[in-house]
Amino acid sequence: MSAPDPLLRAAPRLDVERVREDFPILRQQVHGKPLVYLDNGASAQKPQQVIEAVTRCYREYYSNIHRGIHMLSQTATAAFEEARGKVARFLNAPSEKEIIFTRGCTEAINLVAYSYVRPRLRAGDEILISAMEHHSNIVPWQILCEETGAKLVVVPISDAGEISLEDVESRITERTRIVGIMQVSNALGTINPVREIVRIAHARSVAVLVDGAQAVPRMAVDVQDIGADFYAFSSHKLYGPTGVGVLYGRLDLLKTMPPWQGGGDMIRSVSFERTEFAEPPARFEAGTPNIAGVIGLGAAVDYVTALDLRAIEAHEADLLRYATELVSEIPGVRIIGTAAEKAGVLSFVMEDAHPHDIGTILDADGVAIRSGHHCAQPVMQRFGIPATARASFGLYNTRVEVEQLAASIRKVRDLFA
Amino acid sequence: MNDPAALYQRVVLDHNRAPRNFRVVQPCTHHAEGLNPVCGDRITLYLDVRNARIEDIGFQGDACAIATASASLLTDVLRQRSAAEARALARAFEQQLAGHANEGDGLGPLQPLLRVREYPGRLKCVLLPWRALEAALNGDVAHTVSTETDADAG
Repeated sequence: MSAPDPLLRAAPRLDVERVREDFPILRQQVHGKPLVYLDNGASAQKPQQVIEAVTRCYREYYSNIHRGIHMLSQTATAAFEEARGKVARFLNAPSEKEIIFTRGCTEAINLVAYSYVRPRLRAGDEILISAMEHHSNIVPWQILCEETGAKLVVVPISDAGEISLEDVESRITERTRIVGIMQVSNALGTINPVREIVRIAHARSVAVLVDGAQAVPRMAVDVQDIGADFYAFSSHKLYGPTGVGVLYGRLDLLKTMPPWQGGGDMIRSVSFERTEFAEPPARFEAGTPNIAGVIGLGAAVDYVTALDLRAIEAHEADLLRYATELVSEIPGVRIIGTAAEKAGVLSFVMEDAHPHDIGTILDADGVAIRSGHHCAQPVMQRFGIPATARASFGLYNTRVEVEQLAASIRKVRDLFA
Repeated sequence: MNDPAALYQRVVLDHNRAPRNFRVVQPCTHHAEGLNPVCGDRITLYLDVRNARIEDIGFQGDACAIATASASLLTDVLRQRSAAEARALARAFEQQLAGHANEGDGLGPLQPLLRVREYPGRLKCVLLPWRALEAALNGDVAHTVSTETDADAG
């Protein structure tokens, strides 16, 4: 076997210093110290390109979409639909009709719950999720189970924060109606083998919804390669505006699904006797959407695509490796989530300091992290802790910032130990 | 200036490391639980009140340094005080935290806790045991007390 061409294999490099210039918010001091923003798992900052796309929409061509024959409406509609095309190519979706814009990732999951799963759900049926899911991939299913008498089945996680494919396989029964799984854990950083999980579920004719909220900002995602029936993510974690989410759904499934909200823009014809619903995606986009937000998401997709997701992934992997090395050297620190496959999320607890005290002391140094349960209380229960401190990396973070994080954690240690 | 050493003074760190009266009181005439679900802070106060006087007081729970030190100091200053004095002190403490009264007036050992004023996000931590105290003295044990608003929920 000949050696692979290193030029073909090497991920392109990210020029972080240049990237940082695109983010005006990073040029500020917090409590007299340069801002070190390590809360990207909660929400990412926005590059100038996104801010400008939103501003340009409002300044130059804003109008409602899909209805006016006037010029502004046609321009706004074209920009909105162009964003749909960008997202479809970003996910490698076969068709733009498979991209539905929602208010967020949570709404995308709820759409699947109410429109795809609920009509198929009977008492005794099962919904399979993992023990590391975000509340947004737990609570909608619990509500359905409560209503229908279906059962929520949970795949356990190991001490490292991993799930095993055997555990997934053994829990899929002939009563399983959907599998809901996150691709990257917001609380632990674990990268789940979603491709293999889909393969196992499809062998039993069970559809799979992948929650990609933490995955899309961190790695190249190909929904056809994964084989997901549904894939959900939010714009604001992908350096885009808040208030926008995306649901990718296989067109053959979307066509069988009833609308879940009624209103304008989702119908073919309405009379008081009968309403004919539009085809997907319009069927699932009732009412005026977040037009400028969707256009901003399109700009965010352009931005990360130009940088190359492989470069972003390699950069964050380097930051995670470095941070893990520096932080695990600090006495009294325990890292929560030690999966072999992990993305740029570092959760930890300290022997003597509560995560909120850690957060306060780091903030005084300008270091912004998240303290709390990360909307994943079952994960906290699994590890027997009330909360963790979490640093989550983004494409603009640097090795120097990782060193500042570690130095600040040492201050916590000095104060509390 | 935002100096964490001013917030985490020696007294506060000491009460966090070695909380006073960290036990269930027997007999217990009044108790109440304070829980901030977003933080995960949980503090339960136990009181033995006889003839309107706090004969014994203790607490249990798992919380951050600010809430723990606040609970520890609370139990220390309220032992052998009347219920009316306890309520008055709680009121004075809350008013000074809110900046509505002269700082330090009659607070004695509680004074270091007033530094939390500069950390609005942590007010809910320092107040949690005091709200639990109020609920315990009111005999309101049916509901868990919280100092988090719905806006904090996640």
